[in-house]
Amino acid sequence: MNFELTAEQQEAKIKFRKFVDKYVAPAAAEYDRHEETPMELINAMAQEGYLGALVGENIDPLTWGFLCEEVGHASGSLVSLLTVHSMVIQALVKWGTDEQRNKWLPYLATGEVIAGFGLTEVKTGSDARNAQTTAVQDGDSYILTGQKKWISFGQVANLFLILAQVEGKATAFLVEREREGFSTEPIKNMLGFRSAMLASLHMNNCRIPASNMVGRIGFGFSHVAGTALDQGRYCIAWGCLGLAQGCVDASLAYSTERKQFGVSLKEHQLIQELVADMITQTQAARMLCYNAAFLREIKDPSVIMETSMAKYFASRNALKVASDAVQIHGANGCSDNYPVERHFRDAKIMEIIEGSNQMQQIIISRYGYQSYITASALTT
Amino acid sequence: MTTEDIMPKLTKFVGQYVNINEITNDLDLFASGRVNSLFAMQLVLFVEKEFGFKVENEDLDYENFKSIDAILGFIQRKLAPAA
Repeated sequence: MNFELTAEQQEAKIKFRKFVDKYVAPAAAEYDRHEETPMELINAMAQEGYLGALVGENIDPLTWGFLCEEVGHASGSLVSLLTVHSMVIQALVKWGTDEQRNKWLPYLATGEVIAGFGLTEVKTGSDARNAQTTAVQDGDSYILTGQKKWISFGQVANLFLILAQVEGKATAFLVEREREGFSTEPIKNMLGFRSAMLASLHMNNCRIPASNMVGRIGFGFSHVAGTALDQGRYCIAWGCLGLAQGCVDASLAYSTERKQFGVSLKEHQLIQELVADMITQTQAARMLCYNAAFLREIKDPSVIMETSMAKYFASRNALKVASDAVQIHGANGCSDNYPVERHFRDAKIMEIIEGSNQMQQIIISRYGYQSYITASALTT
Repeated sequence: MTTEDIMPKLTKFVGQYVNINEITNDLDLFASGRVNSLFAMQLVLFVEKEFGFKVENEDLDYENFKSIDAILGFIQRKLAPAA
């Protein structure tokens, strides 16, 4: 693995930071308070090509990671836009029909269409395979009935990838917002991700063409959602890295400026201990993200597990670092005058979305036991 | 590519996820609970990288993936010259 960035990657990272500093960081707190991401910002991201970067593989995995990192540096909520939009793009790129790809990818690339990912329901979160939403075939159509919940950017997305049961088999469908029987309901007052414009999705005898099926019957969760969730975990891992780095940077600045007992906070050894751990653990998260990027670049099958580990570690670290950042900021860190308060709330969400960390722990530990058995078999 | 070419690579890959000595080549890996949905995606990445073809929408058939024999047959069909 080569850690040396190309000139293009270095330039891209700087460009992303400049964009975030100009359009995201100054207003992120206001968006959080108003629980909204304005369309002007979404359009600005689209105009830069950020929303459609994965269409046509115009961006390498590491550079895409940098984009998520830089956005996460200022706003966890906005990371979720990149996440869900790219999840649907990846699912369509991999498993869509030519007709679906030709119809939707150009609009998803320009941001004229915003995508949402409809997996979670009221009664099924991690147990997504047992979702209750149904799709019943009726001639050349499927009729969808059910509800999805906690859908990021569900308030504004106009194309949804929905997981539904077809005769008990998980199957993925594209559902356009304007379909009769489809409606959304905003979700407010969340702990974090307040400007991620969460919504519930309601499908009440929502009729869609059979050609809207993505993949095949029974492959909706394992392959279509599997592709999307892998992409989602990758984005969240990098977004968490950015969030943590944002907390580190804020803490370095605050502890330099803030004086207590006649000296800067940074002169106090207990603060130095916190900062040292924040920096080191965030760097460790960065290494896992780089590793996932490298494996993604070479399309190695182990990327699935390694991305899961990156998401798990980076999100845990983000919450710990954000908590320590609040601690360093004291009462100021508990007010929305400082970004670490928002980062702390958003970081908790990061431990839950795209597969809770408990789900990541289960699959990582299983993988570890099997690797142990495999290694033992080779040496006996 | 012959069966002899494919099988060592395939069993080595599957062996990372199940105890290869405990299963037969016709065992349904999914129905037996030996693997999970993550394996399904790892399998797609494996055959694409190792054998150089793309798994497409129309390849999503349980019969292509359920056992070592099934995967072998799928790989051979994908690598076979078009009639």
